[in-house]
Amino acid sequence: MAKVEKTPALNAETLQHFLAEMLLIRRFEEKVEERFRAGELPGFLHVAIGQEAVAVGVCQAMAEQDIFASTHRAHGHTLARGTDPKAVMAELYGKVEGCSHGYGGSMHLYDVARGNYGANAVIGGGLPAVTGAGLAFKLRNEPRVAVAFFGDGSTNIGTFHESLNLAQLWKTKTLFVCENNHWAESTPGWQHSPVWDDMSKRALAYDMRSMKVDGQDVEDVYAKASEALEFVRAGEGPVFLDVETKRMHGHYIGDPQVYRSKEDREDAAAHDPIERLRDRLGVDEEAFEALDREAHRIVDEALEFAQNGTDPQPEDALRNVYAD
Amino acid sequence: MPELSYREAVRDALAQAMRADDGVFIMGEDIAEMGGSMGVTQGLLDEFGPERVRNTPISEMAIVGAGIGAAMAGMRPVVEIMYEDFLTLSLEQIVNQAAKHRYMSGGQLTVPLTIRTQGGAGWSPGAQHAQQLEAWLCHVPGLKVLYPSTPEDVRGLLWSSIHDDNPVVFFEHRLLYPVKGEVPDELEPLPIGKARVVRTGTDVTVVAIGPLVHRALDAAKQAEAEGISVEVIDPRTLQPLDEDTLVASVKKTNRAVVAHEAVTKMGFGAEVAAVLQYQAFDYLDAPIERVGAKFAPLAFAPVMEQFVVPHAEDVLAAIKRTVGK
Repeated sequence: MAKVEKTPALNAETLQHFLAEMLLIRRFEEKVEERFRAGELPGFLHVAIGQEAVAVGVCQAMAEQDIFASTHRAHGHTLARGTDPKAVMAELYGKVEGCSHGYGGSMHLYDVARGNYGANAVIGGGLPAVTGAGLAFKLRNEPRVAVAFFGDGSTNIGTFHESLNLAQLWKTKTLFVCENNHWAESTPGWQHSPVWDDMSKRALAYDMRSMKVDGQDVEDVYAKASEALEFVRAGEGPVFLDVETKRMHGHYIGDPQVYRSKEDREDAAAHDPIERLRDRLGVDEEAFEALDREAHRIVDEALEFAQNGTDPQPEDALRNVYAD
Repeated sequence: MPELSYREAVRDALAQAMRADDGVFIMGEDIAEMGGSMGVTQGLLDEFGPERVRNTPISEMAIVGAGIGAAMAGMRPVVEIMYEDFLTLSLEQIVNQAAKHRYMSGGQLTVPLTIRTQGGAGWSPGAQHAQQLEAWLCHVPGLKVLYPSTPEDVRGLLWSSIHDDNPVVFFEHRLLYPVKGEVPDELEPLPIGKARVVRTGTDVTVVAIGPLVHRALDAAKQAEAEGISVEVIDPRTLQPLDEDTLVASVKKTNRAVVAHEAVTKMGFGAEVAAVLQYQAFDYLDAPIERVGAKFAPLAFAPVMEQFVVPHAEDVLAAIKRTVGK
């Protein structure tokens, strides 16, 4: 096993930065909800409100040259990785300035320059490719890691099992990040998986190293992700992060969540990762409001940019089907 | 010119591509020590080692999907799906992922992946090891679909597929592997999307793919003895289709037969017929004939299997119908 150096404790300044990032994602998604309900945004929208610490903790731990693939709930990962909020918002509006130039939408956010190899709208659909990218990094002996974000709902589909098996068998440079919010759309974990309360057993079945992570604690996410990334980068094999997290809203915007108890929703609300970090840092009302104002300002700017963005020409639909 | 079998030609293209570029590697079920279920990759493990000639678990989704990821990360993988029937298992990865990453990313990504597979009837493999599914893939924007029929074509086109920046599904036919043919001394890359006029004629154009190219040539010889001059064209690339060459031929001959081993209904031939009738409507002197398998799975018993799939006699009968004989 590689010698894993303990990640040094994060200083207050870094944590302040994490808080600002999480707050930006929260305000961004709240704005997206609002505009979607106002009928301004086409398509499907899924927010990850409550799961911001996972996105920020993992993405901050990644190195510049690392890549990732995400899911239909990808706004947070994309923003946390440094894609301009304007480009993300413009994509949700289907504009040319969007990070996928209007070809993708909320469920297909890409930003290859920042290592975002695509958000996938097929559950588990991106996992084999992340395994293959990790294989390429291994074959070329590059110090890079391919990171897969996916939910607990993905752990029952064939691509998940085939990918974990292949990744461990070949020791690809792949990090599997299971965002276990205990919901597969409207189906609770206990109805979809016999190991719903301990997803690390899935990794165990493939002899893969796994780590349990408190997804509401950005410090824990960052520390475990850093340790895991170092292990993977050194070529020791893939790692599975079993990240316990909370989906504070419904599956999609407008989801009445008739399937979900009041207690469960209250429990999720009580585990807000932003509140937790704020308490941890002892950020007072005034300081928090300053951070919040800044987040709102960035989001408003992004919104204005997106609303005034350029519509693609209809016939642009015929471009990019093939590479020349 | 040297002579190679179709099998050797595939192997030669793989080997030459791997020698020329470290980014090319192959993976699939039983392709290493065993050399593949059809012996196509025999000897490649010895030359290139287990890092580049990778035996995989029986995991079609992961085989294709890992190829997609490696391709997006800058490699040029060639993955093998042992039987094209098993493409069905990897179809999600081919259709939703490989074909669409470039598009959904607005042109940011390329997926230079080649998916080799083989199938076909004629040796009683039964209903799950003999299908011809090329038409399924032709229907998906973002994929290129090739189906060469000769050693020269398979070598030159496989090379081009490996070096194409798009995902290519590359069909081979089990019965073609031992077929020998002359190839150029040096591997000559062949253009994707260009048909080959295999035999020139003046009365009827037969557009045939895969093993039906050879059966069409047999039929053409027999037709010639009866005074019918047959032109045989092999599109080689099904997607994109070289419509111009096909249409030009039919404008000359005024009659057309389309032939493939896949079931006739809803098949590749239907698309070809539609292209021809639309672009050469005023030139046609007879309805376009289609030759293909009858609408049934492929049975095990040889007599039933052979009843379902098309033969040279079926092509000949179709040719004769177009000239009213």
